[in-house]
Amino acid sequence: MTTPLVSITGLSAVSLREGGSPILRDVSLTLQRGEVRGLVGESGAGKSTIAKALLGILPRTVKVTAGEIRFEGRDLLTMPERELRAIMGSEIALIPQDPQTALNPGRRIEAQLTDGLRLRRGMNARDARERALQLLEEVHIRDPERVLRAYPHELSGGMRQRVMIAAAFSLEPKLVVADEPTTALDVTVQKQILRLIRGMQEAHGTAVIFVTHDLGVVAKICDSVTLLYGGKVIEQGPTASVLAAPRHAYTRALIAAGPRYDRPDAGLEPVPQSVFDQLQAELAQPFSSEMSHG
Amino acid sequence: MTALSLMNRLLMAAITLVGVAVIVFVLLRVVPGDPIAMMISPGASEADIQALRAHYGLDASLPVQFAVWIKAVLMGDFGTSISLHRDVLSLLAERLPATLELAAAALVFAVVLGLGIAVIATLMARSRLAPVVDTLNGLFLAVPDFIWALALVLLFGVLFPVFPLSGRINPDVSQGFHTQFYLLESLFTLRFANLLDVSLHMIMPVLALGLPLASIITKVLKQALAEAMVQDYILLARLKGMSRLRLVMQEALRNAIGPTIALTGVQFTFLIGGTVIVERIFAYPGIGNMAIDAVINRDLPLIQGLVLVFGALFILVNLATDALVAWFNPRMEA
Repeated sequence: MTTPLVSITGLSAVSLREGGSPILRDVSLTLQRGEVRGLVGESGAGKSTIAKALLGILPRTVKVTAGEIRFEGRDLLTMPERELRAIMGSEIALIPQDPQTALNPGRRIEAQLTDGLRLRRGMNARDARERALQLLEEVHIRDPERVLRAYPHELSGGMRQRVMIAAAFSLEPKLVVADEPTTALDVTVQKQILRLIRGMQEAHGTAVIFVTHDLGVVAKICDSVTLLYGGKVIEQGPTASVLAAPRHAYTRALIAAGPRYDRPDAGLEPVPQSVFDQLQAELAQPFSSEMSHG
Repeated sequence: MTALSLMNRLLMAAITLVGVAVIVFVLLRVVPGDPIAMMISPGASEADIQALRAHYGLDASLPVQFAVWIKAVLMGDFGTSISLHRDVLSLLAERLPATLELAAAALVFAVVLGLGIAVIATLMARSRLAPVVDTLNGLFLAVPDFIWALALVLLFGVLFPVFPLSGRINPDVSQGFHTQFYLLESLFTLRFANLLDVSLHMIMPVLALGLPLASIITKVLKQALAEAMVQDYILLARLKGMSRLRLVMQEALRNAIGPTIALTGVQFTFLIGGTVIVERIFAYPGIGNMAIDAVINRDLPLIQGLVLVFGALFILVNLATDALVAWFNPRMEA
């Protein structure tokens, strides 16, 4: 087997702010080229911390205590700052959570979309503009010329997120980290954006880490899934297998808790207290109790 | 700014100016103090006093006096100064350029210094020197312009006499001017002896007027930059490989500068007000200095003219400020 694109092994981290409480506990996962991985968990599960660690933007209040993150075999955590900066944005890109705040309100879309092309690829303004137009068409923006001239406030939330997707794919990265890219959007737009990310990913052969708290999203677009709780991997494996045959009580409870569009009368099942008790007990154990689907 | 909103602004400006005229006119006549009493020698007869009063039109009723004055002003006649016995308009034309140059120089100095310190402080936000900058700036914020003026006089005028203490130019150096804009004229005619001397005379008043404004700009801009620097778009720009300097200058500054411009505009009007006392301390021949003499002498026509000029300046500064803020904020079309 070839080297995986990303391989995280034994990653542990603590929060310095909360007196050294652990936020990642011995997390391991591997991601192949072109794979779409869902990173699922409730708030505080550690999914965003993993995403930030991959992008080299961990806040100063978080300290990695053990483990490594290898990207194409090179450890991102011990890499010199200069090399890390060359990879970030270029080979690992981000689709942010809220396109509202992710675009600079004072600069036109053209300037923001071509930054990377000009700074990283050394393109001149004209070529970068051409490329930006292509990218906007690729993310199904109807009047790309107008959008290039627009300021962010002149675009809808969905349009802005399309621009962010175009920007993320603009440098042909090998990995795109999508940080809950649909939470800030209308439900109707959410589906389109999900389809778009999947489409772009397939067209460019890009691997995607999809951070979400929604198993429904995972079912739609992820090849594989990693379920986290309290900074610990609870269960991971191919999406079909995890959703069809969940091994951990928490996974089963979460699947039961999600809305069933095929059975609208079924109602929502809250996660039972006994499951949380079990999770707490497992967090206290030093050894891994991860449920892995081969 | 659209044509309509510009018209709107100009109309509002005109109304404001009329309001200023009414208020100053009424106030000057309600407060105690008689300009005629300042002019006559002790022991003048009642008839002489009445004649003088009639000569300056001060015997008519207030509304009539106001109507006469405002009509004359609209025709460009600001009356004759009671204490200086000269046309008010030509007095203003003579002194206003000095104050404009001083205020503009102080503004430029304050903006460059304040912006520079705010940007540098943002670049080294995590350094151990950051609290030092904050503390020093807090100290500077607390010192008003006239304290600076007095301190500067003591320091660079008396203890280490490096700068001239008073006036606008040394008559021995002066090569003669065609306009009252000494700084601009000597700059554009390349008379460097004049330029140097005028600049030296301006340094201390500019420092006194500019330092308080600089510290306000630093404080507001630094805060706004700090807020901008944690936005998601900065993070994404960082991922695009931008240097920290570029992040601050290109990404953050544009969004942070709006509130700073608005506040600088307001503070600049205070600075113009501050020229009154600072010009006095440095015997700088501007309209501020002249205003104090006018008030001491109860020179009603001159005071009225001066207040109208100050009012017009404030309104112009506010218009310019609004235009600048709108220009920097693409979300504000009007």
